[in-house]
Amino acid sequence: MRWRDRLRMRIEMLFRRGRAGGRLDEELRFHLEQQIAEYVATGMNPEEARHAALRAFGNPAALRDQARETWNWSGMESLLRDLRIAARTLARTPGFALTAIGITALGIGANVALFAVVRSVLLKPLPYTDPERLVSIYEGDVGGNHPQWSPYLPVDAGSMKDWQQATKDMADMAFVSPWQEYNLSAEGGQLPEKIDAGWCSWNYFTLLGVEPALGRSFARDDDRPGAQATVVLSYPFWKRRYGGDPGIVGKSVWLDARPYTVIGVLPESFVYLSKMVGTPIQVWTPLNHEAPPALLKVYEDHEFIVHARLIHGATLPALVERLRMVQKQIVAAHPKPAVHNAVNGLSMLDDAVYGYKTPLYALLAATGCVLLIACMNVSSLLVARSAARARELAIRTALGAGRLRLMRERILESLLLSAAGGALGLFLAWAGVRWLVETRQDMHLVEAIHIDSAVIVFAMGAIALCTLLAGLISVLGSGDGQILASLQESSRGQSAGRSRAGLRRALLVMEVGLTVVLLVGAGLLLKSYQRLRNSDLGVPVDNVLTLHISLPEARYKKPEQWVSFFETLIGRVRALPGVQAAGLVSKAPGEGWGGDTLMTVVERPPSRKGEATDMMIRGAEPGYFDAIGIPLLRGRLFTSDERLERAHVAVISQAAERAFFPNGDAIGKHLKSEFSGDLVEVIGVVGDTRWSVSVAPQPTLYWPIYGNSYSVATIVVRARRDVESFAVPVQKLISQMDPDLPVSDVMTLREAIGRSTTDSKFDSILVLAFAAIALVLAAAGLYGVLAYLIAQRRTEIGIRIALGARREQVARLMLGDGLRPVLYGLVLGLGASAAVTRLIESMLYETRALDPAVLAAVSLILLIVAAAACLLPAWRASRLDPVQALRTE
Amino acid sequence: MGKPSDLVQGTLDLLILKTLSTEARHGWGIAKRIQQLSGEVLQVQQGSLYPALHRLEQQGWIKAKWLESETGRQAKFYSLTSAGRAQLEKETASWERLSGAINLIVQES
Repeated sequence: MRWRDRLRMRIEMLFRRGRAGGRLDEELRFHLEQQIAEYVATGMNPEEARHAALRAFGNPAALRDQARETWNWSGMESLLRDLRIAARTLARTPGFALTAIGITALGIGANVALFAVVRSVLLKPLPYTDPERLVSIYEGDVGGNHPQWSPYLPVDAGSMKDWQQATKDMADMAFVSPWQEYNLSAEGGQLPEKIDAGWCSWNYFTLLGVEPALGRSFARDDDRPGAQATVVLSYPFWKRRYGGDPGIVGKSVWLDARPYTVIGVLPESFVYLSKMVGTPIQVWTPLNHEAPPALLKVYEDHEFIVHARLIHGATLPALVERLRMVQKQIVAAHPKPAVHNAVNGLSMLDDAVYGYKTPLYALLAATGCVLLIACMNVSSLLVARSAARARELAIRTALGAGRLRLMRERILESLLLSAAGGALGLFLAWAGVRWLVETRQDMHLVEAIHIDSAVIVFAMGAIALCTLLAGLISVLGSGDGQILASLQESSRGQSAGRSRAGLRRALLVMEVGLTVVLLVGAGLLLKSYQRLRNSDLGVPVDNVLTLHISLPEARYKKPEQWVSFFETLIGRVRALPGVQAAGLVSKAPGEGWGGDTLMTVVERPPSRKGEATDMMIRGAEPGYFDAIGIPLLRGRLFTSDERLERAHVAVISQAAERAFFPNGDAIGKHLKSEFSGDLVEVIGVVGDTRWSVSVAPQPTLYWPIYGNSYSVATIVVRARRDVESFAVPVQKLISQMDPDLPVSDVMTLREAIGRSTTDSKFDSILVLAFAAIALVLAAAGLYGVLAYLIAQRRTEIGIRIALGARREQVARLMLGDGLRPVLYGLVLGLGASAAVTRLIESMLYETRALDPAVLAAVSLILLIVAAAACLLPAWRASRLDPVQALRTE
Repeated sequence: MGKPSDLVQGTLDLLILKTLSTEARHGWGIAKRIQQLSGEVLQVQQGSLYPALHRLEQQGWIKAKWLESETGRQAKFYSLTSAGRAQLEKETASWERLSGAINLIVQES
């Protein structure tokens, strides 16, 4: 029974507190009136009775408070009251409050945004069944012909089939070749287009546990050479091209001018994720039906990625160990230079985020530093404030305010600041994530990034951390308890509060140290980016437009047809008014890999079996070199009748000449392809180019695109200006010749370079932004500390000046005082950088982790900014009027 | 005038509960009743009366109701709850034990 009364009471006191307060007043007033009435009854006049009653009654306000304290929730009430006090105190110094909130918002915002990204991109499981059992297997080439290659290379069909046989007890394996393309024919009023496609073995989708949204996925029977041609569409492609037509299943679409039956549509959640592929795959076709039978037998041509689901009990290292044994036997049985000798595996999640992991964690670390600096700055501000309020606090303590209560009040202040900063930061993070999703469409899983409950929990954690860090440091820093000292100190303010200043100096040293680390990181990334931007493709990059076409073999059956199509086309492009030069090549510089093969010199057989040099292979048309601007160094270029069966001539790049013919006797020699056996005669040497801006020039071989089985070509157009404006006329020319032929990858060379430097630009700009924030915060902190110190030492400075110290001496003294922590911080930061930058080495391009120029620049910038921050307070100190300074005592 | 410290610690609660055991009273009435029953020896200070009343109410020993007082004005009347009645018995018993013990000591010397 009693609990019911108590519960009722609790609810009453929670919700009707105001009314209860009114009733308490009423109750007390009634008592007072009774008292007055009693006195009147004893014969006093009303006025006298009133005074007497009030005297007997005591202080009504105190009485009311005492009664109220017995109520439920009074602890909460006092907490609220303290919050109100804290809010009011903060509102009294809006400049301080806004600064602190702004600083916290920056710190928390950056962290929350980055956390949202890391969580969605790196930590969320993949949208497959039991994703933790899925792995990707690649080949490696240890001590092979291309030491600079990554340990995760595509796999050859021969090896992967042997692997599957040898590991049936450990894993199910599926094969994928995700870099295929098809020409999709014009249909139903839609233009023809080139689409990115993947070949996959029939069990790929079942292995992942992906159920199609419509129809079915592949069956074993679809995945054989003689089967009817089938295709599975990706969800976005189905939506875009077919308007989400539910009747699509069973219909035919024309890929490379051959009919394919659509058997299913993948679910919206499905995305293909691998480090190898940047663009979304739009259609899938069965691997054994699509791949040329010859490709499926060889060990030298690496076109596939192996995805496997581990059977319970099997582990990735054990699987890789087994596969290495198998691969060893394969290498022994096929001792050819192009057969890879190593096997490497990684979880599918790591595979999907390969290349983002380090940068994202580096960015997260950078934002962590910013948050720490922000906390230190806020706590430094709080310390300064509590020092300024030392007298108020001492008086309150003397009047009996509990130490805990005062501490709570200060923590609450810090909580209010952090919470307001956190709320603002969450908004910043939201905006930041929006911006990121728009800028980084190329990043896997980027569309999955959003602010969810876990991110909000993280934000609260960050707020709590800020509150505690900033609040506790400031509470500990302002030694209460020494009430008397505080009261005395403020009445005779000489070198007061040295210990407090010491704490702030220590904070400052750490702040500067962290800033230096951030600056060094930003400097290194920026330098890398600069190097990348300026790295020379080997050709002039301005005013060059490229367009890609691929002739479907179903309609263009004979090489003669390809040649005549290309020749007619390029002739018409050259005839366009305004075109300076035009040419054809299989892949333009800076636009990607484009094929390679191992080559040997016929006249000088390799001393050791298996020795060969890897060359990039390009098909080119005679006018290409002039159009793109590759200089001829020696010998001659192709003539236009060196085509088809007479196409066995080659022009090699300077790097190739260095690799094969260090004596400069290349002309007239013959090169042989280790894989196909093709034999070509070297007729000329041309300048080097790069296939990607971040990779040094590779030995390259050009042979005529008129012949050598090229049915694809990149049209290169050079104009004096506005080369972009030729995109439409050239596409019109192509559609006049074949309305069903899609044109793809229409871009200028500048755009191609811009695309391949996106990562570097993004990382360096973000880290630079964080470093700039850190620098500003550190400078503000420095200014604050010095200004505070000088304010504390006003009397001392006044005395010095009065005794004859020169003003520049005073300024130097103060400047030295301010710069000393900066120097300590600089040394600390440079030391820390040495350890930390090693972690971002993989993100750097042609830049050493301890680049002396960057370190020097960082030191210089820091010292300049620090000196600027110290100059004003030091100058003010030197202008101090001694009379006034001493009189304010 | 009896200060709060004149009352043995905790006895104020007992006195309040006891005065309320016969009928509902307001704060003034409780103070007067205690004064009267004690033969003007005990004077309850408002400073301790009202906090005590509110504490007892929060704890559910007594409950309050606004009624018309003898002067025709609205006043807050307190009365015992059933739990309060049990509490009164407990406190009475423990008071008797305590005062008996003190008596024994005082009379001995």
